Amino acid sequence: MSTAAATHDDHHDHHHAPTGLKRWLFSTNHKDIGTLYLWFSFAMFLAGGFMAMVIRAELLEPGMQFVDPEFFNQMTTVHGLIMVFGAVMPATVGLANWMIPLMIGAPDMALPRMNNWSFWILPFAFAILIGSVIMSAFGDGNPSAPNFGWTFYAPLSTKYGPDSTDLFILSVHMMGISSIMGAINVVVTVFNMRAPGMTLMKMPLFVWTWLITAFLLIAVIPVLAGAVTMMLTDRHFGTSFFDAAGGGDPVLFQHVFWFFGHPEVYIMILPSFGIVSAIIPAFARKPLFGYASMVYATASIALLSFVVWAHHMFTVGMPLAGTLFFMYMTMLISVPTGVKVFNWVATMWRGSMSFELPMKWAIAFVVLFTCGGLSGLMLAITPVDFQYHDTYFVVAHFHYVLVTGAIFSIFAAAYYWLPKWSGVMPNKTLGELHFWNSLISANLLFFPMHFVGLAGMPRRYADYALQFADYNFWISIGGFWFGLSQLLFLAVAVLCAMKKGEKAAAKPWDGAEGLEWEVPSPAPFHTYDTPPVVK
Amino acid sequence: MQSTLFHRAAVGLTSLMISGLTFASDWTERSELDLRPGVTQVSQDIQDLHTTVLWIVTVIGLLVFGLIVYSMISHRRAKNPNPSTFHENVFLEVLWTVIPFVILIAMAVPATRVLVQIDDSAESELTVKVTGYRWKWSYEYLTYEDDNDIGVSFFSNLATPPEQYNNPVLAGGLFPYGTAKELVGKEAPEKDHNYQLEVDNKLIIPSGQKVRFLVTSDDVIHSFWIPDFGGKKDAIPGFVNEMWAKVPEGKEGTYYGQCAELCGKNHAFMPIAVEVVSQDEFKTWIAEEKEKAASGPDLTPFTGLDQAMDEGKQVYASACALCHGANGEGGIGLPFAGTDFATKPEHLNEHIDVLVNGRAAMPAFKAQLTPRQIAAVVTYERNAFGNDTGDLIQPADVNDHE
Repeated sequence: MSTAAATHDDHHDHHHAPTGLKRWLFSTNHKDIGTLYLWFSFAMFLAGGFMAMVIRAELLEPGMQFVDPEFFNQMTTVHGLIMVFGAVMPATVGLANWMIPLMIGAPDMALPRMNNWSFWILPFAFAILIGSVIMSAFGDGNPSAPNFGWTFYAPLSTKYGPDSTDLFILSVHMMGISSIMGAINVVVTVFNMRAPGMTLMKMPLFVWTWLITAFLLIAVIPVLAGAVTMMLTDRHFGTSFFDAAGGGDPVLFQHVFWFFGHPEVYIMILPSFGIVSAIIPAFARKPLFGYASMVYATASIALLSFVVWAHHMFTVGMPLAGTLFFMYMTMLISVPTGVKVFNWVATMWRGSMSFELPMKWAIAFVVLFTCGGLSGLMLAITPVDFQYHDTYFVVAHFHYVLVTGAIFSIFAAAYYWLPKWSGVMPNKTLGELHFWNSLISANLLFFPMHFVGLAGMPRRYADYALQFADYNFWISIGGFWFGLSQLLFLAVAVLCAMKKGEKAAAKPWDGAEGLEWEVPSPAPFHTYDTPPVVK
Repeated sequence: MQSTLFHRAAVGLTSLMISGLTFASDWTERSELDLRPGVTQVSQDIQDLHTTVLWIVTVIGLLVFGLIVYSMISHRRAKNPNPSTFHENVFLEVLWTVIPFVILIAMAVPATRVLVQIDDSAESELTVKVTGYRWKWSYEYLTYEDDNDIGVSFFSNLATPPEQYNNPVLAGGLFPYGTAKELVGKEAPEKDHNYQLEVDNKLIIPSGQKVRFLVTSDDVIHSFWIPDFGGKKDAIPGFVNEMWAKVPEGKEGTYYGQCAELCGKNHAFMPIAVEVVSQDEFKTWIAEEKEKAASGPDLTPFTGLDQAMDEGKQVYASACALCHGANGEGGIGLPFAGTDFATKPEHLNEHIDVLVNGRAAMPAFKAQLTPRQIAAVVTYERNAFGNDTGDLIQPADVNDHE
């Protein structure tokens, strides 16, 4: 793996780092735990991606060719769950683990044992979830895996859910516990372990955005836990929270779910804002434009995220006043989001830009995330949302925000900080191939989804009418291309982990700023035993 | 397989190139690029709003991307080795907070107007209750003009035959196809023009009159959506949602839609088809249907096993095959081929009872099928798929069943 098991930071390393399996299993070191999170999330990215390949293979042509509609639904469901909870969230937690202590001059996370626990819950949570898919694919009688979409609307997931729904509930609880512990760790670390002189308004934006993300997590993950617990009691203990026949309310489920679910999408994107706000100034060789307004914009986005949840539910039949409120609030989010985009452009403006790999990914992020943001604004307009809702237009929108948004920024972060993590520069040729293939294929994959959605193709369809066939063919080709391109990153990461490549300097990017570049590359096992002083 | 893929590639590329130029008149037109204007005032208002908003975001997007591209070219290190150091500008920051806000208001005003108009379902002439089932729709005509007691209702099932969509290419392996394994390698029939959209019984409504749909569900959440009428409404068990459409005179024809909320296995297999007819035609049709409904069930006995089998086969294909398999081999539902249940005489009464009243996950069919249809399909299940009981069940047997 990466980093410096045997590297000694001459003056500060008081004891030998553990080796072998124990090093990883019992680790309380923020760097090792960060590495574990990052490898885990990449493994989940490939697993979820494989499910996307199954979906795209089935949708290549009209008709059912490879799987049956039941298994198709399991694929869309588990693909979504894995990508949200297994790929994007753990990747950003991994980045937080690695970078926050280095950026604020702390020796480690504040709660290192909890840090270990919050990671090691995850493999078990996903083993349970993926186990249900394996049983479905290979088990006797093919018992169904979760098949109700990642949004698991009641009563499809309660009264009509397969037996594996209970595995799903347990798995979501475990993911939630892991996320809450990770978030608490970030909050405590940021508030208590900043180096002398590192005031809140001097913190790098990545730390700011993660601090706000952590608060969002602590606020909404318990709501998710509540939703799945209510499902559990509805399924087994005779309650009727979501069952109309027992006096309950299926729409209540959607309110509870989206009260978690909307902040959740910002949980996935806010750390990306922080990453891009670190990378663009580094390669434009110019300070970030409007640091304070970036912080305020992030905080406003987070606050607004609590009052827009019902824009996912415009078609459930809300009263006019409610619909109008949620439409206006949702439109309002584009103001602080716009501020961020304009600030990034202003940071680039009259800079002295060079386009190394992290910068390429960051610029691609700004452009494509903006595309996703603009289609989001279109979706906010309720009357037209009545047409877009639950079509591929929505699928296009959130994949622009999450794949070319969140995941592109995570790649940007990986290329930016891999020299610090591994001590070697990521392989340029492979990196360039990875970037260009991903950029082109992602757009071939996701852009036509706008058209097929406007043309009227509903999402989560295992088979479709003939007028959608041409688009789906190209979307599938883009999908396979994008999926295969990600194996290039696997090669890049493995080469770095094996220390194959050009040795990296402590500060391999000449324009980069921040405390993380003041420690050697690779970062020693223990850093900042004596806190640095920030002027 | 190979040749169809290449064919699709060629057709796809060509149609992508020309699709911007053609204007589709029918939803089944291939590869449309834009939201459909539809046929109702509401759908056209929505399309206008969509066009406005699309232009606004396109202009904003091009502006921002233009600045980025300009900056990438002019402010690259080779051209601009000494970066500026500015990092604040209060005027600019206020400006790009206020301007978007103003643009938002400009979008919110027409959006609110259209929304208020959509919300007004008062003064409708025809009211139809639409109920979603897994995986079919039922339509019940409640009131028309001064008539508050129509009592006409029917179910609407997918009419695309399973042979058209079951085209498995793998027998078992990693992803066993389940119920259609025996079709692997078989030539699939050509797909109809209205593949996955055609239904057995269309919803019939008059043109030029406001039709109110009361949308609800019997099981899970579905969503009732006809793109050309503008907008969708969720069908939620325990709730009755309202939506309405007024198709102008002269726009008679068939309009298609699909279920838009994930409702389980056959979510993609429960289309909606609406036939819009002139008011005169509608009045004649509804009067006929009313008379049929009032005369009670048709209990004419089958002339023989063959007649019952023929009718039963059709009912089986539309109502049973999705769960019990096209050849009675089972699936979500239990199998029939060679089972005690479908062959032993002591189970005959139980067989009829399960169809009429339902059992566990099996829904009751007494509201969906006529006694004649139930009799035919029970006869079919006991004499097809290699079963050979010779049982002939008559409509009256089912009608007498409690």
